[in-house]
Amino acid sequence: MSPAQPDRANDPEIEELPPDISRRARRLLGSLIRPHLTLAVVLIVSITGGGIMSVAGPFFVARAIDEGLPAALDGDTSPLVVAIAAVALTGVADAAATWLSIRLNGRLSQKILFDLRGRLFTHVQRLDLRYHERSTSGRLVSRQTSDMESVQQFVSQALNGMVLSLLTMSAIAVTLVVMNVPLALVAFAGFIPLVFLTVYAHRQQRSAYRRTRTSIARVIVQFVETMGGIRAVQSFRRQRPGLARLTGEDAVYAQANTDALHGVATFAGGTRLIGNLSQTGIILLGGWLVISGYTQLGVLAAFLLYLRRFYGPLDELVQSFSLYQSASAALEKITAVLDAEPDVDAPADPQPLPERHTGTGRSISFDDVSFAYDSEGPEVLPAFDLEIPAGQIVAVVGATGAGKSTLVKLLTRMYDPSTGTVRLDGVDVRGIDDAQLRQSLVMVTQESYLFSGTIADNIRIGNPDATDAQVLAAAEAVGLDPYVRSLPEGYDTDVKKRGGRLSSGQRQLVSFARVFLADPDVIVLDEATAHLDIPSERLIQQALARVLEGRTAIIIAHRLSTVEIADRVLVMDAGRVVEDGTPAALIHGDSRFGRMYSAWQDSLA
Amino acid sequence: MRSLWRFWPDVRARLGVYLFIFVLTLGSMGIALLVPMITGWIVDGPIARGDFAGMLAPLALILLIGIAEAAAVWLRRRLIAPITSRWEVLWRERLYDRLQYVAVGVHDAWPAGQLLSRAVNDLSQLRRFFAFGLQFLIASPLIVLGGGIILASLHPYFGIIAIAAAVPTVTAIAVLERRYRLASRSAQDTMGEIATDVEEAVQGIRILKAFGRSPWAAKRFHVLSERLRGFELTKAYVDSWMFGAAIMIPVLALTAILAVGTWGVIGGWMTVGQVIAALTVTMFLRMPIEMVGFLLADFLMSVTAANRYWEVMDLPFDITDPDGEISEDPRPYSYAGHIRFDAVEYRFADAEEPILTHIDLNIAPGETLALVGATGTGKTALAALLPRLQDVTAGSITLDGTDLRDYRINELRRIVSVAFEDPVLFSTTVRENVAMGLKHADGRALPAAGTATSGTATSTSGTATSTSGTVTSTSGAGDAHDPDAEVWDALEIAAAADFVRRLPDGLDTEVGEQGLSLSGGQRQRLALARAVIGKPRVLVLDDPLSAVDVDTEDRVQTALRQVLGDSTTLVIAHRPSTAALADRVAVLEGGRITDTGTHDELLARNRHYRDLMGASSHAAAETEEVRR
Repeated sequence: MSPAQPDRANDPEIEELPPDISRRARRLLGSLIRPHLTLAVVLIVSITGGGIMSVAGPFFVARAIDEGLPAALDGDTSPLVVAIAAVALTGVADAAATWLSIRLNGRLSQKILFDLRGRLFTHVQRLDLRYHERSTSGRLVSRQTSDMESVQQFVSQALNGMVLSLLTMSAIAVTLVVMNVPLALVAFAGFIPLVFLTVYAHRQQRSAYRRTRTSIARVIVQFVETMGGIRAVQSFRRQRPGLARLTGEDAVYAQANTDALHGVATFAGGTRLIGNLSQTGIILLGGWLVISGYTQLGVLAAFLLYLRRFYGPLDELVQSFSLYQSASAALEKITAVLDAEPDVDAPADPQPLPERHTGTGRSISFDDVSFAYDSEGPEVLPAFDLEIPAGQIVAVVGATGAGKSTLVKLLTRMYDPSTGTVRLDGVDVRGIDDAQLRQSLVMVTQESYLFSGTIADNIRIGNPDATDAQVLAAAEAVGLDPYVRSLPEGYDTDVKKRGGRLSSGQRQLVSFARVFLADPDVIVLDEATAHLDIPSERLIQQALARVLEGRTAIIIAHRLSTVEIADRVLVMDAGRVVEDGTPAALIHGDSRFGRMYSAWQDSLA
Repeated sequence: MRSLWRFWPDVRARLGVYLFIFVLTLGSMGIALLVPMITGWIVDGPIARGDFAGMLAPLALILLIGIAEAAAVWLRRRLIAPITSRWEVLWRERLYDRLQYVAVGVHDAWPAGQLLSRAVNDLSQLRRFFAFGLQFLIASPLIVLGGGIILASLHPYFGIIAIAAAVPTVTAIAVLERRYRLASRSAQDTMGEIATDVEEAVQGIRILKAFGRSPWAAKRFHVLSERLRGFELTKAYVDSWMFGAAIMIPVLALTAILAVGTWGVIGGWMTVGQVIAALTVTMFLRMPIEMVGFLLADFLMSVTAANRYWEVMDLPFDITDPDGEISEDPRPYSYAGHIRFDAVEYRFADAEEPILTHIDLNIAPGETLALVGATGTGKTALAALLPRLQDVTAGSITLDGTDLRDYRINELRRIVSVAFEDPVLFSTTVRENVAMGLKHADGRALPAAGTATSGTATSTSGTATSTSGTVTSTSGAGDAHDPDAEVWDALEIAAAADFVRRLPDGLDTEVGEQGLSLSGGQRQRLALARAVIGKPRVLVLDDPLSAVDVDTEDRVQTALRQVLGDSTTLVIAHRPSTAALADRVAVLEGGRITDTGTHDELLARNRHYRDLMGASSHAAAETEEVRR
């Protein structure tokens, strides 16, 4: 069996990055540095100081030999001593400046990375479900890890070196000109081919580094998916196909990396060749100038010393340049995530909800609402109106795919309707501040995700400010307390460690405890009891009956036991509400609900 | 150090090229050292003498050396790139493959991001180290040594100065090394925590959005990010001392050489050319010495990365074939599917109390046993024992009389087909997701299990159940020529055929995390189809219909009855309707099987069972009330 060639049709990554992405990536880098401008300036000053000192060193060496030594031979040692002392002092100053600039650079680069990581994390949280359902967790993880590492490599290693190299080179260039113009011109002539070489290398490396970013993301996606589904992988012996797929993705990555590094090789080799050729030219010319008496021997000696230092930083620049290429490919990927705008977003001008009246809940209205997942796609919910008065408990039933979950996703703003308006207490939900909306309205689904941390931490997702007593009360209400107490560390048990492996039923109880703690005005339950055994479900229902007093609730359940606590039943089919009435009225009539109810009753036998 | 050494076999395999590259590294550094020597000689000799023609020959040599050096730089980078890029992915493959076979229990102890950061960040650190750091780490001291010898050969005093400079360098390294290593380990571990946190925040996005807890998640992330920043800063601070020392020490040596040299010239026991040569050599040596700071940091980070890599590679498989290995394609035979639990105990590796004790169960071939128990009593743990995702901690489970641990692991997993409570779909087509449950999905033609199996079945099923008669009638079901036919059959059984037909590309629709999002109920039904395809001998269903609506549930159950007739089945049930599918029901209570019997028998005699099935008198009365 050949491993599946992944079809990337649904893959947002396959979309070409916009043409101006590298400009936007640079702008991102700029915006990251800007807030720390003072630090950056101090850093540059310190690097410049170090650079000047390191350039000055050889200058004093030349002084010592050209002026100090002849003077000393004539009996006056003081110029020599001064020059030697200056060499030592500039060296110490250089070391001190380097010490300082590495610390400052560490501070600056870590600030930049901290900001970037935070920005990316917050933005990913802001992105709507539509984005998340198209993307994969592995891809977003690769943005925060592998891509971030590339950026880190650049800002922590190369930024410093780049500035230093450029400064040193320009300082030495000035010195060279001052020392001897014709020799300096020969030294600079090498820059003409260097420019061409750089342009060539830039093109070659950029495309290769972009490919490394895309392919490593695919490797990470495969890795994350395998490790996340390890039970299924092992049970269905998917190891071979999995490895084949990883190897395939990784081969692309290794090739891209090799291509990028080959580009660096050409660049580094070419740079070195240009440097060496101009050095030979300078010795030739210099030798001739000295022999012809135009130049002193000491000047040539110093010039040659400087020349090494002039071309030396070029190696550093080559290295920094390739780190920059790699980092900018990574920044482009990060920029693409940061540039994605959620369709469902916090309102610019939030409308306040009316004061909360305890004991009434809030009213809900769907006004001419319709919904399709994308503009060309089929309508999942054709236009409809629905009024739910405050305090009502509504059960929504219907076959899989009837649109029940979609209905509540519109209310909870996981999605926004294609047309029409969803209102909470008369206020358009799109205009409500997110914090207030989430405080007033909470949804539990059958997916009960646990975050690393303790059991108490996980319950506190309902309300991070809850006291221990409140957490305990919530756990008691849902029947989780006896189990948690049986654990050696009780509520402080880590959910990923000893004793904390909650069954899916227990995880669902945690979800309920979160809702009880959140204390919202409106509760939405979407198949939230699917994994519970019947006694636990009963317990939850008893607790709900108490909790739902004075709140509005929408409950979706396949098990019609829920209906027992509902004031009203909506039966949905193909996106429409086809029946609407009290449970008692519907059970007895010749209705779909009546048939569903008796089928369910039979299943209990 | 030792952990880095463990990569030696891979290095040895490419040792020829790697050594050649090393020679190039050394050569390109060493050659460059020759240039100042020759330059000094030209300045001292021909130029000082005014002999222009005399400088041309050595200059040509310089030109040649310069071209050779550039070629060496180019060739070294060119050659090393594919080797180390290859190593990186090779090591990742090994890590991935190791992890694929490591038992689930071992996996659970590792946060996802810690594994990922090792597979990605640590390995790219190692790639860079083997391509660059290691070469220079060995070359630089050699170059410095060579430089020292040249200095000594120019004048013994210069040699003494060089040795004097080495002492503080070594001291500084010794002092700073430990601090850097600790910070780098903490930083790399924190990177793993960050990866875990990011993954959780993305996978749990619906929860975070539903409760409006993104700010809370961001705060958690910021704490980690802040911690990472702290460790990185510590690294930078240690770095600053290393770099500072690496600049200071050669400059002081240069000063000393200048002082001694000029003193020698004044004293007449040294020439200007000698001094210039010594100064030039020292200036040249600054580069490799200044690199020591960087190389040392790189080396220490690589040691950490290698440690972290081998920590994972050294994880035991835990669950293997009897010979301790895991063979990929063990030859399957025919099985009756007689399962027996004998005094089975199971305890999570880090728990004090076992979650299951004294489990005795006998499931006859073709029999369907439902396992019923309250939330958290260990039903899922028990089910995981059959495909050996976990191993019993005491007692034994046998299949056809042979202990499960005496089967080869993949042979067992071919026999035992599972549908999990949390259905996992792979990122591939619907067809492949379902067909992977097929016994010969790996392209191996298996003998049609029909007759052989049914023969054994009837002979062993002493506790004959009403369904054993149907076994014989199914032979030949597997020899359908249309490969999709079996997939469609399975989809029909799971009541998934209708929605699959409506998917944009039917069986070819990509699902899983990278594909189309399906509802929980749809995923569950695909997972069920995968489990029942090809009529597996042993079937484990963990609450297979929890997310499915009543209508669909009804259809699935009707269809399932046919399959269950042939397979030995363990089904975890929360609902009476599921329990009613079974020939027999076992009640799990407090980690023990407290009762077994038919659904009706248990309903009649077991109060706890009535509670679990919602059929206690109180509940029944309630239901009656609503009915009226």
